Amino acid sequence: MAEPLALKDHSRESQIFSDRIVVGCVLLALLTLILIARMFYLQIIQHDVYTTLSDRNRIQLQPVAPIRGLIYDRHGELIADNVPSYSLTITKERVVDLEETLAALATIVDVSADDIKAFRRRLARRQRPFEPVPLLFRLTPEEIAKISVDRHAIPGVDVEARLVRHYPLSALMAHAVGSVRRINENDLQNIDVRAYSGTNHLGKVGVERFYEDQLLGKVGNQQVEINARGRIMNVIDATPSVPGADLILHVDAGLQRVASAALGAQRGAIVAIEPSTGGILALVSNPSYDPNLFVAGIDHASYAALRDSIDVPLFNRAIQGQYEPGSTIKPFIGLAGLVTGVITPDYVIDDPGAYQLPNNSRLYRDWNWKIDGRGGHGLVNLQKAIYRSCNVFFYQLAVKLGIDRVYDHLSPFGFGINTAVDLPEARSGLLPSREWKKRARGEVWFPGDTVNIGIGQGDILVTPLQLATAVAILANRGKVVSPRMLKSSSQLMPDSKEQLLPDIDQIAAAYWDLIIESMRMVVHRGDQEWGENGTAWAYIGRDISYQMAGKSGTAQIVEIAQGELYDADELEERQRKNAWFVAFAPLEKPTIALAVMVENGGGGSEFAAPIARKVLDYYLRDYESASELEMRAELVSKSVQQPSLR
Amino acid sequence: MSNDFVRRLPGGSFSQSRYSWLSRKFHIDVIILALLVTICSYGLVVLYSAVGRESGPIVSQLFKLGVASLVMITMAQIPPVFYLRAAPWLYLLGIALLIMVLFFGYEVNGSARWLRIPGVINFQPSEIMKLVVPMILAWYFHERHMPPKAKHLFWAAIMIALPVVLIGVQPDLGTGLLICAAGLLVILLAGVPWRYVFSVMALAVMAAPALWFVMRDYQRQRVLMLFNPESDPLGSGWNIIQSKTAIGSGGLFGKGLFQGTQSHLDFLPESQTDFIIAVLAEELGLIGVLALLALYILLAARGVVMAVEAQDTFGRLLSGSIVFTFFVYVFVNIGMVSGILPVVGVPLPLVSFGGTSILTLFAGFGILMSIHSHRRITL
Repeated sequence: MAEPLALKDHSRESQIFSDRIVVGCVLLALLTLILIARMFYLQIIQHDVYTTLSDRNRIQLQPVAPIRGLIYDRHGELIADNVPSYSLTITKERVVDLEETLAALATIVDVSADDIKAFRRRLARRQRPFEPVPLLFRLTPEEIAKISVDRHAIPGVDVEARLVRHYPLSALMAHAVGSVRRINENDLQNIDVRAYSGTNHLGKVGVERFYEDQLLGKVGNQQVEINARGRIMNVIDATPSVPGADLILHVDAGLQRVASAALGAQRGAIVAIEPSTGGILALVSNPSYDPNLFVAGIDHASYAALRDSIDVPLFNRAIQGQYEPGSTIKPFIGLAGLVTGVITPDYVIDDPGAYQLPNNSRLYRDWNWKIDGRGGHGLVNLQKAIYRSCNVFFYQLAVKLGIDRVYDHLSPFGFGINTAVDLPEARSGLLPSREWKKRARGEVWFPGDTVNIGIGQGDILVTPLQLATAVAILANRGKVVSPRMLKSSSQLMPDSKEQLLPDIDQIAAAYWDLIIESMRMVVHRGDQEWGENGTAWAYIGRDISYQMAGKSGTAQIVEIAQGELYDADELEERQRKNAWFVAFAPLEKPTIALAVMVENGGGGSEFAAPIARKVLDYYLRDYESASELEMRAELVSKSVQQPSLR
Repeated sequence: MSNDFVRRLPGGSFSQSRYSWLSRKFHIDVIILALLVTICSYGLVVLYSAVGRESGPIVSQLFKLGVASLVMITMAQIPPVFYLRAAPWLYLLGIALLIMVLFFGYEVNGSARWLRIPGVINFQPSEIMKLVVPMILAWYFHERHMPPKAKHLFWAAIMIALPVVLIGVQPDLGTGLLICAAGLLVILLAGVPWRYVFSVMALAVMAAPALWFVMRDYQRQRVLMLFNPESDPLGSGWNIIQSKTAIGSGGLFGKGLFQGTQSHLDFLPESQTDFIIAVLAEELGLIGVLALLALYILLAARGVVMAVEAQDTFGRLLSGSIVFTFFVYVFVNIGMVSGILPVVGVPLPLVSFGGTSILTLFAGFGILMSIHSHRRITL
């Protein structure tokens, strides 16, 4: 290169530079145009799209959970209310290190591997950044305190509150009222998800289930402006939620307590009904469980323990348990005998202590075969057959009636039919018939099948609720009522199930009188010679201030759970007969009818009757001031209608 | 020295001399100064909204602007010949500092860009190189014939590549590319034959796939997000989705100053720094954006005039590079926030919160003023 010779050509260089500057300016203009075009595209052409996106960002339609209706007993005692429940949440964006945070929390409160797994699932499903995701539910006050102390050291961790169902009476009302439980995957397919967008719970058992639609209330909405952290900055528009209906039940919490206490630790059930309405005053099934466990979401081990317990606490004996009624069926068989004319009030048999069908060697023994050396009750009419609970009388009466007439005259009392209005789990028991046997077993009906039906054994099955209802109809002298929980409500209820059965009105008053008088004698006929007192008199009839009608029953148990799970002693105890007692009182104007069943309790008069007596004593304790109670109840129902009560 | 000469020139009108007074006495260009004040004021209003109407950051930003102005005025007083002579030494110093960063760099967010003398100063040497690289190239071409020959272009390319590679491995690809652009602008202005330009562009297009393999994961992610931000709406796509939403929802007139929901409800990330144009676009609409662009164009136009009036190769090339680089920053920032370029950390010139970028820009304008006001012949 001959560089030293070349001179700088200033004008040419200046020209080149100017040319390049022009090119640069063209490029600059081009880039500017690109920017303007881009901005025009975003801000003018796509403006609507981005306005929508921007609004969707900042405006959120949030469900406002309705307050679930409260449930009261007939005197205004709270059975189900709503209390705040606290959960521990983590906001991932505010957390420094998620693993460290979880580890740090585990040192403060109990966090199981399952909790963390469920948390990660929820975390993956969240909708936006800064959305808090719950890790633990239902924190105890101690846990809240512990977390509060250390929270400043663990960013992103918060404690949130929301209202959840609470049952202040715990296990006492579990079988009477049922409970709400957490909504699971299956439920999601059966419910209107939008109606439940504000809540995690659903009434799944009992009254909570039956009146779910009314208790739930209507979910509200609020349009809120939120920031990127999900914090509400401004409420733009709100549709308030409509609280669910408050319910007042017939149930009397005081009576329920007494009934439950009377049953004590024994397995069994008590159902008490107000004969005039069919309202259920008490519904006890023992053992019970704490429904609050299910609200929070029960852990697997506790649930398995409840489910697999030999005492089946989750099983509602009062409405699901189907048992042979034993001798408590006798008043109804006797009435059938009178109505059909098969027997008259004066009809007498001489009870030899056992009964034999013609051409059959099988001996159907009376209950006092072993006790009474002679056996039998001697000369027995219907009245004595009831107050002495003579089996032979009813064996031959049942056979004379035949199964068809037994069926025809027992079903009007609700045997074999589920007439419960608002107890969704109630079962229908079994009143056998020829058709039933053919259908169920493929066999024809034998006269021998009828013999046992006469004393409430064999194929006949009743639930304690059914038996109590039948007794209430008896107390009403044929006016049929359907058992129900709901007494009144703060809101209009849809028409409930219409009464299934017509009133029983073709029976002469004299027949009702005879049966009821016989039942009165079961309790009140005393101080007679041997074998002449009412069966329950010695146990409950000596010192009674009011008149009642009753009938005991002692029934073979239906089936025994066989298996290596239960040891021999326990099995033996569970082979014992079930004790029954049914009653209504006061005699002249019955206000309560009940059925008591003690599983494997033994003799009905000895073991079930005293329990029935305690329940009746409490309910009739101030028979005179009953009107005062009514007034109180009315006051409650009035005050419930005002929202101030919640 | 030049003042004496100017004063003897006959025929200078009163208004001209009055206009020139600031320029001659203090070497300040009044038009540039006025435009800077306007843009910065506009920017401060937007910033005031972006920080949620708090005065603290505004005071802080005003202080930074004050310091930057002093630097600008100071640099305007220094005659261009000083920059010409100092260029190689500044370049060597810059390279040395960049090497130091590699060994003693202070790490922020996974990349070491800062040199730190605790309690004394924190700074990014790469920032200095934004001015030093065009300076060294202008210096190099100043001594040589234009248009440059292939040999000269080769050495020029080395001068650019050295700092760019050093910055790229920090890693700070964005700054590296911007410095590369500043250097290439000098070469372009120096009159590099067009066939070279197009060959290099063709090569670059072909080499683009290779670039994919040297990129880090987060850089690839940013490129992918450019094409499909919805693929990760809560993660890496969040920023660009939210900034486009902010801009688009602004419409023609905007939601009104201080009324932007995207920024005030914290949906918009980095709303005070790199993404501040989205705040402006949301609150003041297309009108507000066009107003800012117009101011930038005016500033660039005045810079172009000053570059054209420069009297030697060094002055022309350096002025031209400073002006066009400035506009490249504008384009890259708005382009990335509006979703036509991948997200690289480039603040919006004169508007984004932060001192470093302002300081470099004002220093650049100081040099521009120095070159223009120290001309030996005035026409």
